[in-house]
Amino acid sequence: MIRTLLVVFLRDLMLARRIGGGGVLGLVFFLSLVTIVPFAIGPDLRLLSRIGPAILWIAALLASLLGLDRLFQADHEDGSVDQMLLSPAPLELVVLVKCVAHWFVTGLPLVMLSPLFGLMLNLDGPALGSVAATLLVGTPTLTFLGAIGAALTVTMRRGGLLLSILVVPLTVPVLIFGVSAAQSGTVPFLTPFLVLCALGLASVALAPIAAAAALRGAGE
Amino acid sequence: MDVTQRRHLLIEDLSVARGERVVFGGVSLRLDSGEIAEVTGPNGVGKSTLLRAIAGFLPLRSGRMSWAESEATDSAPLTERLHYVGHLDGLKSALTARENLEIGVGILGRSRLTPLEALDRMELAHVLDLPVGYLSAGQRRRVALARLLIADRPLWLLDEPLTALDRHARALLKPIVADHLGSGGLMLAATHEPLGLPGTIQVRLGAR
Repeated sequence: MIRTLLVVFLRDLMLARRIGGGGVLGLVFFLSLVTIVPFAIGPDLRLLSRIGPAILWIAALLASLLGLDRLFQADHEDGSVDQMLLSPAPLELVVLVKCVAHWFVTGLPLVMLSPLFGLMLNLDGPALGSVAATLLVGTPTLTFLGAIGAALTVTMRRGGLLLSILVVPLTVPVLIFGVSAAQSGTVPFLTPFLVLCALGLASVALAPIAAAAALRGAGE
Repeated sequence: MDVTQRRHLLIEDLSVARGERVVFGGVSLRLDSGEIAEVTGPNGVGKSTLLRAIAGFLPLRSGRMSWAESEATDSAPLTERLHYVGHLDGLKSALTARENLEIGVGILGRSRLTPLEALDRMELAHVLDLPVGYLSAGQRRRVALARLLIADRPLWLLDEPLTALDRHARALLKPIVADHLGSGGLMLAATHEPLGLPGTIQVRLGAR
């Protein structure tokens, strides 16, 4: 069973590298959102550094949603899901592993480059650190929540938009606690950060069950 | 595969519904080691649905299904003892035939032949390191069928296995199936064109 899960993980990384697109595109999208906001707001550096963490978080949320529609769709279309259903590993764990692989490709680069993008929004050192830390916990949460939407819309040809509409309301708590931890100053960092961690753990535990149920339904 | 191993698949009065509509009802079948059954019937009668229900992809509306092995080493459920090759081949176009088959055995477990040996049986050894996306429909089909040989599973469920295969490839499949049955395997195929193996059990759906 462990071997099956490892194979699925390596397979998804290999496919992401071979097909390309996903991770890099998300990153470019993230960059373009962060670049465009200062143009809209104007040359007010103090305002920018105050709302910077929120901008980074919204950009990360949208960039995370971008690649999610293909998370299960490709495997559904070519019959790979059927093969996974025949494997010794339960579908819930396969879904979990696929989400982790997806996050490695799309979420992790976002987290790693967020301090660089934070500089463009005039964030200072501590703020850069807290934004990166909250994104490190928050982006996997977004991926797992998004997996529910991805599994529900797996049979739809243009499910991406519906997926976003379904998932965005679910991400509101993550956004609230993520941004309030990142905006150090108004509230202490630790309390919202711990709530964010709790949300993350809950999504890791529950979202694969929901997503697997939706995928099983789609196969019928 | 152990030749002395006795297995059987027993299906009693099976019916499957999709939504509110009953696709078929009252299908009964007993398949023992070394036996092959062919499900026939007009288009849309539920041949694929029957195979998918046996594979565990669809919930049963009523009826019973049981699987037994005389010398079961472990109590693996039926879904871990069967191969399913359907209309969708489960192959990734961006990966080579070798990578696809390695992933196949990684997901299914219990490896038997290597990807090269399995493709060789399908006379496709020359495409081993080509991306599957470059292959023709018939070649893709043969790579998907090669998956039957790389992971050791006794029950084969094949949905229209001959689709897109040329006459030569069809002839290739016959001895492979015969070997499988000879070593105690079972096979259930939905097909319009009989494979022509002796002793084939006919299951006719939609016969009035």
